[in-house]
Amino acid sequence: MSTPQSGPLSDNDLKGTNLDGQAAHTLRARRVTQIYVYEAPVRLWHWLTAASIVVLAITGYLIGSPPATLSGEASSHFQMGWIRALHFMAAWVFTIGFGGRVIWGLFFGNAWSRELFWIPFWKIEYWKDLLGEVLVYAFIRKHAKTTIGHNALARTALFFCFTLTGLFMIVSGFALYSDGTGMDSWEGRLFGWVMPWLGGSLGTHYLHHWGMWVIILFVMIHIYTVTREDITSRQSLISAMTNGYRIFRDDRPD
Amino acid sequence: MAVLETFYDVMRRQGITRRSFVKYCSLTAAALGLGPEFVPQIAHAMETKPRTPVLWLHGLECTCCSESFIRSAHPLVKDVILSMISLDYDDTLMASAGHQAEAILDEVMEKYHGNYILAVEGNPPLNEDGMYCIIGGKPFVEQLKRVASGAKAIISWGSCASYGCVQAARPNPTQATPVHKVILDKPVIKVPGCPPIAEVMTGVITYMQTFDRLPELDRQGRPKMFYSQRIHDKCYRRPHFDAGQYVESFDDEGARKGYCLYKVGCKGPTTYNACSTIRWNDGVSFPIQSGHGCIGCSEDGFWDKGSWYARLQDVSGFGIEANADKVGMVAAGAVGAGLAAHAALTALSRARHKGDDAQ
Repeated sequence: MSTPQSGPLSDNDLKGTNLDGQAAHTLRARRVTQIYVYEAPVRLWHWLTAASIVVLAITGYLIGSPPATLSGEASSHFQMGWIRALHFMAAWVFTIGFGGRVIWGLFFGNAWSRELFWIPFWKIEYWKDLLGEVLVYAFIRKHAKTTIGHNALARTALFFCFTLTGLFMIVSGFALYSDGTGMDSWEGRLFGWVMPWLGGSLGTHYLHHWGMWVIILFVMIHIYTVTREDITSRQSLISAMTNGYRIFRDDRPD
Repeated sequence: MAVLETFYDVMRRQGITRRSFVKYCSLTAAALGLGPEFVPQIAHAMETKPRTPVLWLHGLECTCCSESFIRSAHPLVKDVILSMISLDYDDTLMASAGHQAEAILDEVMEKYHGNYILAVEGNPPLNEDGMYCIIGGKPFVEQLKRVASGAKAIISWGSCASYGCVQAARPNPTQATPVHKVILDKPVIKVPGCPPIAEVMTGVITYMQTFDRLPELDRQGRPKMFYSQRIHDKCYRRPHFDAGQYVESFDDEGARKGYCLYKVGCKGPTTYNACSTIRWNDGVSFPIQSGHGCIGCSEDGFWDKGSWYARLQDVSGFGIEANADKVGMVAAGAVGAGLAAHAALTALSRARHKGDDAQ
């Protein structure tokens, strides 16, 4: 334990540990630094939101393009009814999660839990980091700097494609829901006013549909990049969202 | 002019019995969603109030609103309403023409300044100083502004006056503009539809006449009693929608069985109107009952909202027919392919640099 620095370990480093006597090189043993980034409520929110998005996208698509017609009496089926009910239930999970996440970020969470609600537009550092990440993804630069929370590119995508789009989906979704509950319902009073701005009920449906595709593309890119970063970058990503700890593979200053 | 006569006087003069009159009052109360206790109130108003002069102007329009109006279901309603409101000027319905007609307009405006109702069918085109619609030798927009200045309230008949309708569809060459965007200082009641339902038109007028006030309006200025629910909410085919039974094409088994028309583009779920409750032609039918989806004619800008036979609006600018789903699928495919290529390049670059990092 003479070298607290992270990095590859020698056989000597293993002496007196549970790995005593093993060949460090064969094990590819290395010491890492880890930081607690994603607190439990953030992780729980992440996976609940992920699940709700899967349900929302599938049921939402089916509401727009229903499955093939069922035969028999109408009274023996409630297919579209269930599809819509699932959509609304998942929407509540998404919405309550979103609200809870804002409260957590504002009042309880650590500094990184607030990153997805804004981008540091006026900080030159942000733009430099953004360029750096873009260059890494264009295979021009080999390694980006390490970040405890989100890198600049991830934060930008998250802010626009998840936070803003998600907020739009909540507002437009409740406005559409007020089609059924009536314009004097609380949904109608709180959110109904957006519909004339978005081109009426049909126009709102249309934009709500586009929002789904923005989120689907975001999810695809999100899953790809976290996997890629987890393998190639200087820090861990996927496990950080399961156990909360981000692992840094080296301690090099940027 | 018989403007001081009450409705009741007019009706009696036309040979309508008191029994028929009371029946009419009950029917009107029912149509307005009022309880039986309002029947005497309506009867009393009709017996005592002088008829309100109504000036009915026509801008850019097709007269379908007038055609609908004169078909108001019960003959009694038709007769009474036409007399009751003292329709002093309506160039498609009045007997006089030319200078004589325009003189009536001036006379009513002067005599009943601040007390008459202005009903507008159609809308004014504003391009070229309004020259695309000339009434009595002058642009319609001038007549509209002049008559509106002394009106108690304005009724925008139909989608033309309410939203612009077909003449305001892109690219709107004449710059046809709905009434509420031209007249900014008067209460405007929108009664959209292409045309509006006859009983809705007469219902709005009867309400205003009976209670001496505007009906309660929604956020967009439409009377709540007729426009607060969608066609979908009261559609008799709604059970088929909830069950998942749809017409896939207009000649299939589902169409014969009267399944839901959602998949062939019915706009019922996005259209606020009373068609599925009041229906048309004395309650005989309405589009969905006749097997065709709702086209959403009472919604703002319905001409520019894509096909009548598709749920999703087309995306313009792609050169081919495309909607949000098709574009989304292609985008998802492209992003997927891009990610796969990026992953391959990542793997390649890592293989090339293997061992660069001190492992």
